[in-house]
Amino acid sequence: MAYFTQQLINAITLGAIYGLIAIGYTMVYGIIGMINFAHGEVFMIGAFISLIGFIICGSLGISSAPIAIVLVLLLAMCFSAVYGWAIERTAYRPLRGSFRLAPLISAIGVSIALQNYVQLAQGARPKPGGQVVSGGFNLFSADGFDVRVTWLQIIIVLVTVVLMAGFTWVIAKTSLGRQQRACEQDMKMAALLGVNVDRTISLTFVLGAALAAVAGMLFLMYYGVIDFFIGFLAGIKAFTAAVLGGIGSLPGAMLGGLLIGLIEVFWAGYFSSEYKDVAAFAILVLVLIFRPSGLLGKPEIEKV
Amino acid sequence: MTAPQVTEPLIEVEHLTMRFGGLVAIDDVSFTARSHSITAVIGPNGAGKTTVFNCITGFYKPTIGRLTLRGAGGEFLLERMRGHEIGQKARVARTFQNIRLFPGMTVLENLMVAQHNKLMRASGWSLLGLLGAASFQRAEAAAVELARLWLERIGLVADADRPAGELPYGAQRRLEIARAMCTEPVLLCLDEPAAGLNPRESAELNQLLVSIRDRDGIGVLLIEHDMSVVMNISDHIVVLDYGRKIAEGDPLAVRSDPAVIRAYLGTDEEAIDG
Repeated sequence: MAYFTQQLINAITLGAIYGLIAIGYTMVYGIIGMINFAHGEVFMIGAFISLIGFIICGSLGISSAPIAIVLVLLLAMCFSAVYGWAIERTAYRPLRGSFRLAPLISAIGVSIALQNYVQLAQGARPKPGGQVVSGGFNLFSADGFDVRVTWLQIIIVLVTVVLMAGFTWVIAKTSLGRQQRACEQDMKMAALLGVNVDRTISLTFVLGAALAAVAGMLFLMYYGVIDFFIGFLAGIKAFTAAVLGGIGSLPGAMLGGLLIGLIEVFWAGYFSSEYKDVAAFAILVLVLIFRPSGLLGKPEIEKV
Repeated sequence: MTAPQVTEPLIEVEHLTMRFGGLVAIDDVSFTARSHSITAVIGPNGAGKTTVFNCITGFYKPTIGRLTLRGAGGEFLLERMRGHEIGQKARVARTFQNIRLFPGMTVLENLMVAQHNKLMRASGWSLLGLLGAASFQRAEAAAVELARLWLERIGLVADADRPAGELPYGAQRRLEIARAMCTEPVLLCLDEPAAGLNPRESAELNQLLVSIRDRDGIGVLLIEHDMSVVMNISDHIVVLDYGRKIAEGDPLAVRSDPAVIRAYLGTDEEAIDG
């Protein structure tokens, strides 16, 4: 029981990070119907900017962890948002209206370009992040096993919940969210009603990138080590999460992230940690076969 | 039906020609439509009615011809403007043959999206709005008020929070018109608004269109097959056949025009009376 609880706590933490990345996939898919394969790289860049941010904070002598975290969070979100915006503007928008595969190929190109850019600029060796937040407390002990919750885990889950709630509110209640949903449902009609479609699409990328940057920072703090390649695996897993939850669905992405986190951690905890990625991707295959629209997605009905 | 002749032409279509390769979809069509009046464009299938609409609303660039709109904001040459400018600056709104509401959004949200330019201007592009600036909240309240007004006029106040896709067909048609009206247009182009409506819904639509003409005073341009709609509410009718204008005039004149009768059915007159 104690072991199970511990795994559950770890899984929720990991799931939160996946969920944050998955939102970017699902939003972009919802509005322009493409899988933004460069999204994982935006997450990776977010992690690197966070690392740089923490180092800057350190050299400026900001020793208070909460202040440093908030500063770095804002820094990473802003910079990554610019990346997200620039990627859309340069690699996808010129291809809008082109054949369906074109932006997808472009996305893969952007992904490789960004990986190589970070590899060149930051070096290929893994970078240690150092510990910003340490400590935690014992939840309970049983069977000679301590169930431990770290402060960091609490921060991760808290930040994620707050951001997801805020994001859901923006989409559901604000004028911005309304135009976003309108574009998602009928882009041409939205344009005819005076909605600036290009700007709305840019905004989607900006928001998705900002959330991915937060995930990057949390990842850096949680694992303590990053390299230029982390975006690939985390990106694919978050994509799996988005598909599992139903791509295009916002709560689906959050739920999917959580589930992928659970699957991965429990597989590693009870079976074998080498095969945890296999387990996660096996789920992707199964979902695609048996429920292509995902858990919360709506099946696409084609009118004849 | 007395006032219309006094007003200035709202839109002047002059020598409009649209060719798609070798196919001439519209051939030298000229007509005018006025404010405070309903102008119907009718004709058999394939006569080029929707193409005329697509030229006016910027979906197509006409091959030849001039489309002049004289609205509240000044004079616009529509054929030179880009699609979204025609909606925003020249203030032309349109609906489509098939219903194109945002089905997953609520009825109220559909009307709010249409007013979103106003809201964006008031919010100083979004961030202020998100932070709850007073100017934005006033604009939002005004937008909700306008939406409520239109919901009252189309009889859907009680359904404001339902997803638009759940409404009955006739209500969706009316909502679509209300949504177009929420953009505060000077010219409203309706492509077959009565298609698929039952007689009762059709009568409600007539009332709505007449009230838009009389209360809002804008110009309505209407493509319609349902002659009970066309003949009852139109002030002016333009008849197209094979891309050419074959007749023009008030309902009475058009109804008895021999060219129109020939185009529709050969000789028998009754079918137009429908």
